Amino acid sequence: MSVAPLAPRRDVDGGAETFWRALRRAGRAYPTLLRVGLSEVVAYRAEFIVWILTTNMPFVMLGIWHAVAAEGTVGRFGRADFVAYYLGGWTIRLVTSTWLVWELSMEIRGGTLSTRLLRPLHPLFTLAAQHMAALPMRILVVTPVVAAMFLLAGDKLAVRDPRVLAVFLVSLVGAWFLIFFTMVFLGSMAFFVESAIGIFEMWLGLHAILSGYLVPLELLPRWVARIARLSPFDSMLAFPLETLTGKRDLHAALASLGVQWLYLAVMAVAGLTVWRRGVRRYVAFGG
Amino acid sequence: MSYPSEVVEVSELCKTYRVHRRPPGVWAALRSVMVRKTEAVQAVAGLSFRIAAGERVGFLGPNGAGKTTTLKILSGLLHPTSGTVQVGGFVPFARDPGFLKQITLVMGQKQQLLWDLPPSETYAMNRAIYEVPKAQADDTIRELTALLDVGDLIQKPTRQLSLGERMKCELIAALLHRPRVLFLDEPTIGLDVSMQAKMREFIRTYNEKYGAAVILTSHYMDDVTALCPRVIVIDHGKLIYDGDLKALVRRVRPDKRLTLRLSGPVDRAVLEKLGTVVTHDQGQSVLSVAPALLNATVQGALSTLPVADLSVEDPPLEEVMRELFRGTAVGRQPAAGDAA
Repeated sequence: MSVAPLAPRRDVDGGAETFWRALRRAGRAYPTLLRVGLSEVVAYRAEFIVWILTTNMPFVMLGIWHAVAAEGTVGRFGRADFVAYYLGGWTIRLVTSTWLVWELSMEIRGGTLSTRLLRPLHPLFTLAAQHMAALPMRILVVTPVVAAMFLLAGDKLAVRDPRVLAVFLVSLVGAWFLIFFTMVFLGSMAFFVESAIGIFEMWLGLHAILSGYLVPLELLPRWVARIARLSPFDSMLAFPLETLTGKRDLHAALASLGVQWLYLAVMAVAGLTVWRRGVRRYVAFGG
Repeated sequence: MSYPSEVVEVSELCKTYRVHRRPPGVWAALRSVMVRKTEAVQAVAGLSFRIAAGERVGFLGPNGAGKTTTLKILSGLLHPTSGTVQVGGFVPFARDPGFLKQITLVMGQKQQLLWDLPPSETYAMNRAIYEVPKAQADDTIRELTALLDVGDLIQKPTRQLSLGERMKCELIAALLHRPRVLFLDEPTIGLDVSMQAKMREFIRTYNEKYGAAVILTSHYMDDVTALCPRVIVIDHGKLIYDGDLKALVRRVRPDKRLTLRLSGPVDRAVLEKLGTVVTHDQGQSVLSVAPALLNATVQGALSTLPVADLSVEDPPLEEVMRELFRGTAVGRQPAAGDAA
């Protein structure tokens, strides 16, 4: 009886095929994955709507700042600026955010990640497809808010300039991937600690302040704003939002775009490194 | 892809987990924040075996013996601590797509079906991920739904299916890519007797049609008896038997079971003269008889008792396993000579 020769020993997760070959295979699978993913989002539509309703903080902040601005402008912000800022911020967040960290943390702890690991496509491709599939539904939900933003504060939006619009759209793609890989990084912590949710909650607090989600960065104390602009949180929300609302001119926006994609590259490497090391420790308990 | 005749080769496999331990109580909980004591637990300790293409092998052992850990290592989910493992010529934990397309792992208590969508959607997703040509996938689904008598259940949302229906649909999802190595971990758990029989029949048919190797763990010994000519028995992560199932039974419990259906009342004392009485109910008695005395006992029973029907069988596998793990029979020595 003959035994096949040993395949080359590869200690890294999924390192057996080249990245480009994996990407091509993922590309072929994606139309089906996106279609099935969209069916899942539609099946969970009630849960989806409830989640949308929980993201109401920008509207609360808008109410507060709108009242404050009735007395006069706050820095460069008048009432219409606040409308553009918070409606734009809500829209960008909804389009670019993912809840991957919850999923990863639960699947790693519960052992259900095994199902993904047993399939011949890197789990991050299938997870990304699942989250991208939610985009059409999210875009449907944000459309009336975007219409209201144009109606109430259209003159405050800078995206009439096609160059700014192009930078803005690319920044949305960058923000989506930056947040995705950040979630991979944070979620993969569950391989090492009992749950990644606590770490995520800390991250969420920092994000609320340093991304400009709660308060425009230029209205924060100067030293906080400086830290925020140097941090990756700026690339996640403040940069696309300030580009949309004309608070960052084209030149500054282009520079921010470079920084955003640099952060994206760093976060992708960090996320994949933690993932690979984590998979080696995976114990698949309960699954 | 042509398969080597031996699709699974395991040599000196070890797996050690590090487990956090702390005594109960608030003080221990607080202490564990600062000082986390962990200890090494050896789940698999130097396991070696080979499995050929087309073989059906039962993987047996008590709870915590290391069966599931071994299956997880073989399917690439876990990295071994030491030793070598090859499945179909691949190192499993590298999880090469070529390897993953050749195997499947079915765990009776876990599911891959999308909960709120019909199983057909999971099949579509698997078809895309496994790169199965559409015509082949349609053929396979048609064939497997017919074999399992699933009908149009695959169009109903998974959450609306019963456990048995779901397990059938799970099996189809797991076999859609026509794997050549099946790792089945408790595939019939929770199913009723007729559904278990159906599953067994299906697994056997798949094995015979595609020449797939089947490695099965189950606490239902009927699964093992019906499906697996060969068994690998492990305890505390170590091999204690690898070989023919019938040989194991003969070795551990050589006595035969003589079942007598009686047409009239018979005193227990009369039966005890013939052999060891295992059960004695109204109308039916079961005796344990040494093989050498079997002919004489049967003749004696037929001539002295009101026997309506009679059958001779091996003792149930459950008893064999109990005996084996008590260490009274073959002990804990590997039985290499019995290897198939």
